[in-house]
Amino acid sequence: MAEMECVFERPKSLLPVVTNYCPGCTHGIVERLVAECIDEFDREGETVGVVPVGCSVMAYDFFGCDMIEAAHGRAPAVATAVKRVFPDYLVFAYQGDGDLASIGMAETIHAATRGENITVIFINNAIYGMTGGQMAPTSLPHQVTQTSPYGRNPAYAGYPIRVCELLSSLDGVAYLERVTVDSPKNVRKAKKAIKRGFQNQVDKVGYSLIEVVSTCPTNWGMTPEESFAWMRENMLPYYPLGVYKDVQADGFANVAEAAAARAAACPMVSGYAEEA
Amino acid sequence: MSEKVLMKGNEALAEAAMLAGCRFFFGYPITPQTELAAYMSKHMPKREGVYLQAESEVAAINMVYGAAACGKRTMTSSSSPGISLKTEGISYLAGADLPAVIINVQRGGPGLGSIQPSQSDYWQATRAMGHGDFFLPVYAPSTVQEMADLAYAAFDVADTYRTPVVILADGMLGQMMEPVVMPAERALDDLPAKSWATDGTHGKRPHNVVNSLFLDADALNAKNRERFERYAQIERNEVRVEEYLVDDADIVVVAFGAAARIARSAINDARAKGIKVGLIRPITLWPYPKEAIAACNAQAFLVVEMNMGQMVEDVQLAVNGAAPVEFFGRAGGVIPRPDEVLAQIEALNERLGD
Repeated sequence: MAEMECVFERPKSLLPVVTNYCPGCTHGIVERLVAECIDEFDREGETVGVVPVGCSVMAYDFFGCDMIEAAHGRAPAVATAVKRVFPDYLVFAYQGDGDLASIGMAETIHAATRGENITVIFINNAIYGMTGGQMAPTSLPHQVTQTSPYGRNPAYAGYPIRVCELLSSLDGVAYLERVTVDSPKNVRKAKKAIKRGFQNQVDKVGYSLIEVVSTCPTNWGMTPEESFAWMRENMLPYYPLGVYKDVQADGFANVAEAAAARAAACPMVSGYAEEA
Repeated sequence: MSEKVLMKGNEALAEAAMLAGCRFFFGYPITPQTELAAYMSKHMPKREGVYLQAESEVAAINMVYGAAACGKRTMTSSSSPGISLKTEGISYLAGADLPAVIINVQRGGPGLGSIQPSQSDYWQATRAMGHGDFFLPVYAPSTVQEMADLAYAAFDVADTYRTPVVILADGMLGQMMEPVVMPAERALDDLPAKSWATDGTHGKRPHNVVNSLFLDADALNAKNRERFERYAQIERNEVRVEEYLVDDADIVVVAFGAAARIARSAINDARAKGIKVGLIRPITLWPYPKEAIAACNAQAFLVVEMNMGQMVEDVQLAVNGAAPVEFFGRAGGVIPRPDEVLAQIEALNERLGD
């Protein structure tokens, strides 16, 4: 029998362990994509990942690179320090919506505006999964959760945060893209976006965040297929897929150039640009 | 830099930390530690180090967590309300066995309190620097020279025992200027190996994980027991205390930090009046110099603090009923005067004579 070529295998940067994720959860897909990217850059030995509090809290056991478990919401601060210690490493933070957009919003915004050369993978499934399905900062209006049992009423509970749109105004941000992983085509797009996030670190372009609109079959109370259908019907109109910022597509090498051009009328900025 | 220079206490802390090899400082503005961060922002770039003004004290301590995880000497500084915000991160540092140095230039509390010098964070520093079962070494300098020496030593203690270390100063020590001789630049080649650090596997070892999560209760129990064995070592090896005129003393004053300076003046005045009084000055507040206090043959103890009476409980525990333990303090940022302390000593001496 002829030798068969292996065409699909576990990425080297993903350890051969059983994850704690529920059946149908998208964390497994996204973490695989991150690991594929690390493999393709061949930089596992010079990569440090920072994981959040939430369902992916134990992702430090899944990746083969060095890993740090951060306090709830603080992954961008931890990743900032790691990148300052090792400017040439690949440093990524992997966070959910409660971690990134609620308790950790200050750290998120300031890591972004500092233009930290890190890649943030943001899983937005509109719910707190690990603690059993509470309302998240990204839960939709009228979405029923454990702590919005009559549906999220914006009159009392406010409105969801669109993270890519929010961050797109910040000068330190190099790249923002919202993707999903509900089909092979979208998985490929997500992979491309995540890889771009890592490439931006190599090229020292600035802060990159890839938002993955995801599902939570367990806490949504649906099958995986129903979850994707609900996500397409309800979440994607609220959180449209696409690129929200790309300084390179705008013709700049990095966030410093883009920020200087944007503030060219400010003498404090243009004066320094001429000096340089 | 071995000659004597005139420096503010806050600047001495910063300079000594850099001489100890700290190249990663993360801070957030707060009075009265301001000069420390300003000094770092000026001098870190000259030493190719990182000064980063974080968005909050919470972010700053988590940046310390990240730099410490990568095996680097790192520090943050704040004052009382800011330290409260850092305690979450300090608990995580302790839980992940990460070495780091945290400076508290105390002001009056609770709440926003005052911006004047205080020692009102004694309980926080020695008992409650975050949730969970842990201690951490706490140093209490009382001169600008000690600000430098203890900040310098703190990094070695942190690395040796894999623990966060606190320098508990106050606004008076931070703001005052005194002559100081700086220690020599620390060579870092003899540090304990940091084989646990997340500094990249380079494809040569299994991955390192820096983490304080133990979902298995037995594993966490074992981890805490291992950590407390380290604490026992610290208690054996790292107690620091200064004794002054204690041998023949009928009255022993116990005071730390700025309060000990004032107490010493009062003791000198009392000795001039023929009162046999001495001073025990804990330099480590944890581990506490229980044995030095217990070994005193004093008829009475007087605890002097710039708070409502916090360390007095540790003195009572050390004395264990063998003699009365009295307290004198000023709170809220008021600094006690030497003549006030002298009056307390004289009154106590009269009561002993009755």
